[in-house]
Amino acid sequence: MSAPTRTADPPAAAGRPESAAPGPAPTTTRRPPGVRLIKSNAGLIISPAIIITGALLLLWNYNRSDRIFQDERALDWERNLRPQLEQHLSITLWSTLFTILIAVPLGIMLTRPGYKRLGGPILAVATSGQAIPAFGLLILAFAWLGRGPWTTIWALTLFTILPVLRNTIVGLEQVNQSVIEAGRGMGLTKSQALREIELPLAVPVILAGIRTALVINVGMAALAYLIGGGGLGATIGAGIQLRRDLVLITGAGMTALVALSVDWIAAIIEKGLRPRGL
Amino acid sequence: MTDHSTADAASTGTTPADAPKTMIRLEGVGKTYPGTTVPAVAELDLEIPEGEILVLVGPSGCGKSTTLRLINRMIEPSSGRIIFDGEDVTKVDPDLLRRRIGYVIQQIGLFPHQTIAQNIGTVPRLQGWDKQKINARVNELLELTGLDPSIYRDRYPKELSGGQAQRVGVARALGADPEVLLMDEPFGAIDPITRDRLQNEFLRLQSELKKTIVFVTHDIDEAIKMGDRIAILGDQSRIAQFDTPERILAYPVDEFVSDFIGSGSTLKGLNFERVRDIELVHDFPVVDVNTPRDEAQRRFDASDEKWMLVLDDQQRPQCWINGTHLADTSKPLDQLGPRVRAKVPPNATLHDALEELLMSNAGQAVVVDEKGRHLGILDVERLADVLKRMRNEAKKHYDELAAQQAALDDVQNDDVHDAEVNA
Repeated sequence: MSAPTRTADPPAAAGRPESAAPGPAPTTTRRPPGVRLIKSNAGLIISPAIIITGALLLLWNYNRSDRIFQDERALDWERNLRPQLEQHLSITLWSTLFTILIAVPLGIMLTRPGYKRLGGPILAVATSGQAIPAFGLLILAFAWLGRGPWTTIWALTLFTILPVLRNTIVGLEQVNQSVIEAGRGMGLTKSQALREIELPLAVPVILAGIRTALVINVGMAALAYLIGGGGLGATIGAGIQLRRDLVLITGAGMTALVALSVDWIAAIIEKGLRPRGL
Repeated sequence: MTDHSTADAASTGTTPADAPKTMIRLEGVGKTYPGTTVPAVAELDLEIPEGEILVLVGPSGCGKSTTLRLINRMIEPSSGRIIFDGEDVTKVDPDLLRRRIGYVIQQIGLFPHQTIAQNIGTVPRLQGWDKQKINARVNELLELTGLDPSIYRDRYPKELSGGQAQRVGVARALGADPEVLLMDEPFGAIDPITRDRLQNEFLRLQSELKKTIVFVTHDIDEAIKMGDRIAILGDQSRIAQFDTPERILAYPVDEFVSDFIGSGSTLKGLNFERVRDIELVHDFPVVDVNTPRDEAQRRFDASDEKWMLVLDDQQRPQCWINGTHLADTSKPLDQLGPRVRAKVPPNATLHDALEELLMSNAGQAVVVDEKGRHLGILDVERLADVLKRMRNEAKKHYDELAAQQAALDDVQNDDVHDAEVNA
């Protein structure tokens, strides 16, 4: 069957005058684009300002302090700070990656009709797992898996599954049923409906969960040094042991700056991946 | 009635010979949800004629939406067969089936993360059309539904008003030019004024497209307006009456139907008859403005009517006069009595005519042609006659149907009897 042909007097012409004129309902009042850009991105602009200010303060504090041999050695960039920073980031990224790889598919599965009833019990277990202090979990993992960065990574993965899992489930469940119904009614298969409708519409909520996990991970990675996992926590530990405020402050400050930076990057990604039209 | 006879009645066709070909046939389609004994939809036989709008109407919870969703197998029927264009689709891949059937729901369900163009192009994309063809189709559909493609193509659903979104919903359902559209209360969530406009636009669209449409609503007025045929559904989607709106209004088969269509059904029936199709009153006293007074007086006296109609020299109705007016010789005839207000063209419905008639000074409406010339007079008695005729015709139709059915049952009983004898 071919496309319907139009007559000399298409209904469009008749319907257009009242119907197609941009009605009063849909459009919101437009502000100048600059104002809107700043308003909706305020968080993204303030964060780097804080990070840069913090970094300059740390540098200034380092330069004005009287440094002894131990300070120089503990804060040596090539020997300590850079490798620790790398470890810190790699713990954060790996644990977050594993969390995503486990929690997102699990969340998808638990919202499918066949497995829906498992959702409650699994979320309950995950929630009670969250009640264990992260530090305790780290020590437990150490007792089980021994020293090293991978122990930290697995402990953190386990610890941050909950926020991602919960947000994946909530994100998928809050998708308007009528949108899925319409899609299925047009002949989208179950997996097409999942990929093309449900997941894109759940993305903002899932990303918020991942960002929470990322922030938890970057903060907790500071404890990795306690079980031989490295990270910037090592400099904080050194500062405590040496009773050197400069080392302590620099280590703590850097940890905070890394956390802020990671969160900032995550916010940008979150914004970029958010589907338009929502 | 035995199962045997129902199935047979459905296949031999109780519909009249002039009925169009059946696009979708439901044979004993029913749905009983697991764990319940009472079916949501009891076994249903239904023939949906090609190119017509069939409206399923019934009270809330009667299973009309469920019935609709059984057709595209959004709900899998637990019994019966669905025949789509001669093909049994009860067991085919439901996803492929649905791509051939447009589906519009009350909540519309536009994909909020996709542009209007992407939304409308959904089924063509699933069908594997190339980009250019999809683009052209999207523009065509937007124009067809009264939306300017250059404005709306790249907008997102949240930027549309309710009426515009519903238009897009219809355009999307028409995406790959399906032969059949299923519409579940499509205009239910829209304000009355916009709804009326959308209904009219949709009817105009349908007069061009001639799709086979199954339309669900709980609103009998919408059913009467939209339906070529109406199925009034009772509990568990049992068909209480299945017929044209005219006949249902003229002759509700039982109390359930007459309760459901409510009071005023007779008046609603007047919407289906046009002034040109009925016999007008021609012996009403009429004079034109140049008629001498004594001739006018003579004609007035010769008739039983209380009023007389005055025309101008172009045969256009001017005013109503009575005996008192005639006695007044100070003014010409056409300036004596009250002006003629109630004028109806021949293509007006009787409902419009009645309204004019009630507003009229003389209790009559004047039927005029397109140049405003007098064709005849319409009065209340004429309308009452029409209503009586419609009712009688519908009753005759049902009596004939009953007779046919009885004859069919007789044949069946004979068959059964023969079978018993042979055994």
